Amino acid sequence: MALLEIKNVSRRFGSFLAVDDVSLSISAGEFFCLLGPSGCGKTTLLRMVAGFDRPDAGAVWIDGADVTALAPEQRNVHTVFQSYALFPHMSVFDNITFPLRMSNVAKADIQARVAEALEDVRLTGKEKRYPNELSGGQRQRVAVARALVNRPKILLLDEPLAALDAKLKEQMQLELITLQKEVDITFIYVTHDQQEALALSHRVAVMNNGRIEQLDEPSRIYGFPRNRFVADFIGQCNLLEARVVATADGVGNLDLAGIGTVRQRQEDGMSAGGQGVLALRPEKITIGHSAPAEDGWNHFRGKVFDFLYFGDVTIYVVEMENGQRIEAMLPNSAPGRAKFFEPGDAVEVSWRPDAGSFLLD
Amino acid sequence: MKESRTQRWLVGGPPLAYLLVFFAIPTLIMVVASFRYAGEYDGLAPLLIEEEAGQRTLDLTLESYRLFFSDTLYVELFLKSFGYALITTLACLVIAYPLALLIARSPTRVRDLLVLLVILPFWSNFLIRVYAWMIILGPESAFMRVMNSGLAVFGLEPIELLNTPFAVLVGLVYVHLPFMVLPLYANLEKHDSSLLDAAQDLGANAWRRFWRVTFPLSLPGVYAGATLVFIPAFGIFAIPDILGGTNGIMIGNVIKQQFLDTRDWPFGSVLSMILTAVAIAIAGGAAWYARRSRL
Repeated sequence: MALLEIKNVSRRFGSFLAVDDVSLSISAGEFFCLLGPSGCGKTTLLRMVAGFDRPDAGAVWIDGADVTALAPEQRNVHTVFQSYALFPHMSVFDNITFPLRMSNVAKADIQARVAEALEDVRLTGKEKRYPNELSGGQRQRVAVARALVNRPKILLLDEPLAALDAKLKEQMQLELITLQKEVDITFIYVTHDQQEALALSHRVAVMNNGRIEQLDEPSRIYGFPRNRFVADFIGQCNLLEARVVATADGVGNLDLAGIGTVRQRQEDGMSAGGQGVLALRPEKITIGHSAPAEDGWNHFRGKVFDFLYFGDVTIYVVEMENGQRIEAMLPNSAPGRAKFFEPGDAVEVSWRPDAGSFLLD
Repeated sequence: MKESRTQRWLVGGPPLAYLLVFFAIPTLIMVVASFRYAGEYDGLAPLLIEEEAGQRTLDLTLESYRLFFSDTLYVELFLKSFGYALITTLACLVIAYPLALLIARSPTRVRDLLVLLVILPFWSNFLIRVYAWMIILGPESAFMRVMNSGLAVFGLEPIELLNTPFAVLVGLVYVHLPFMVLPLYANLEKHDSSLLDAAQDLGANAWRRFWRVTFPLSLPGVYAGATLVFIPAFGIFAIPDILGGTNGIMIGNVIKQQFLDTRDWPFGSVLSMILTAVAIAIAGGAAWYARRSRL
């Protein structure tokens, strides 16, 4: 049975429908991400799980009990806030003991529980410090320790790493994954950072306009986006307007607006006349001076318009003959080469028929 | 950009000069006056006296200080004034805190209006407002008549409030309330609401959220308000003059008496010096305590 069940929950602010009939269930021990752009309803949904907000319709069930009407202090759910919300007038020790005191844990146990929580987040020895004496990363750890110390059923994390710099962020991501395994508590993590969501979670719910667009494992979200929004929001993606001309033997012929006809692996719902978009990840597209030798590849002539050099990879923006631009990503791992093409170079753009996904509108 | 020495003096100089002329020098004059003899008829005796021809000496004495400690009356008056100021401060705190909290948590537009209402009394004269209380607490006022007829229903004797210590306290609390509300509001308004969310999330009910988060974080505002109320209330004379009658007299009245009626300026200066010293000690103590408790 699912630990958390959100049943047909809706929340409206004035005329704005923040959460629109969302249902999802999360099992115990899961690391779950709510991912979406700002205003998509992910934080509202999180606040309704925490109890800070009440749904206008629907119900929230935790561990088999309807908690929709319970106040936050009555729910066995703790939150790590984006701003950390550490109590500035309390030492690290007092911050972490706060939830223990609130649930009247025996004084004798407190010391050991705090020591354990500090060990969980690798902050042993910092008990006497005050929040303003800690670095951003340390504050974040205290916030996590405080939220975990009395072992809630669910830990909610509201963009907890948003304020950290990239390097620290990556380190904290790894620590969060390890910590979640160690404590075996369900984590529900809200973020607008798609890379973070993919890296951290077991499952991701991609939200937009108050609805869940796709709910799946990270690799499937990335590899098989279900619609235009997901394809566009997660990672880099070329979205080429397409119309199905014909299908035969598991291969469809798509007419890409202004580029030409391409072969594309046939997917469900793909039939002649269908209008949609072909989603092609840049790393699935290769460019070269000549067309590839393999049979069945799609290839077109184009000209390098510009490129973005990232160190490990380079993204080339190739302009097709009709002016349509396609991004192709090339790894820079080839020996002795730092750069393959210059702007203005004539290149052949190609991809396998199963490289992209056709998303029916 | 770092300002030059000249710029700093241009900005800081005028207020510094003002304080020197109108605060430091008068205070110094009072300090000296407290060691001088009273004049034959009033005021002060000459500071320099000529004992022998051409030889002038400072004519100073500890007589006025001796007078202060020779009679417990003055120490008692100090203690009584201290007590009144303390009660005033506590009453203001108890009344002002919920009000300041209400204002701080109101929507911005309501908040501005409420702050305006708090400072509205400053638009009319202080004495007029205190005289208004004299009428309200006077035996002929509608308020007193309703209250006394209410008491009569229970077979109780009518009571008088004017010219009692209670009337003085009512006046003191009324006049000083805004000085408690405003610093408290300024502090509470800056509180990060996510701290209350966090406390609630971690299991604290409303009562505990207040005592564990809101109140400790508001202590700088409490200290500021308490200082702003206590110190003027300690030395005030107008309110006991108007509302207190003979029972409600405070140390400020005696100081005023020494200067204006008895015309013993050295003794008046002694009382003023002691009042100032106590006030400084209290303000300094509050500041020290606030800093020590990391606020």
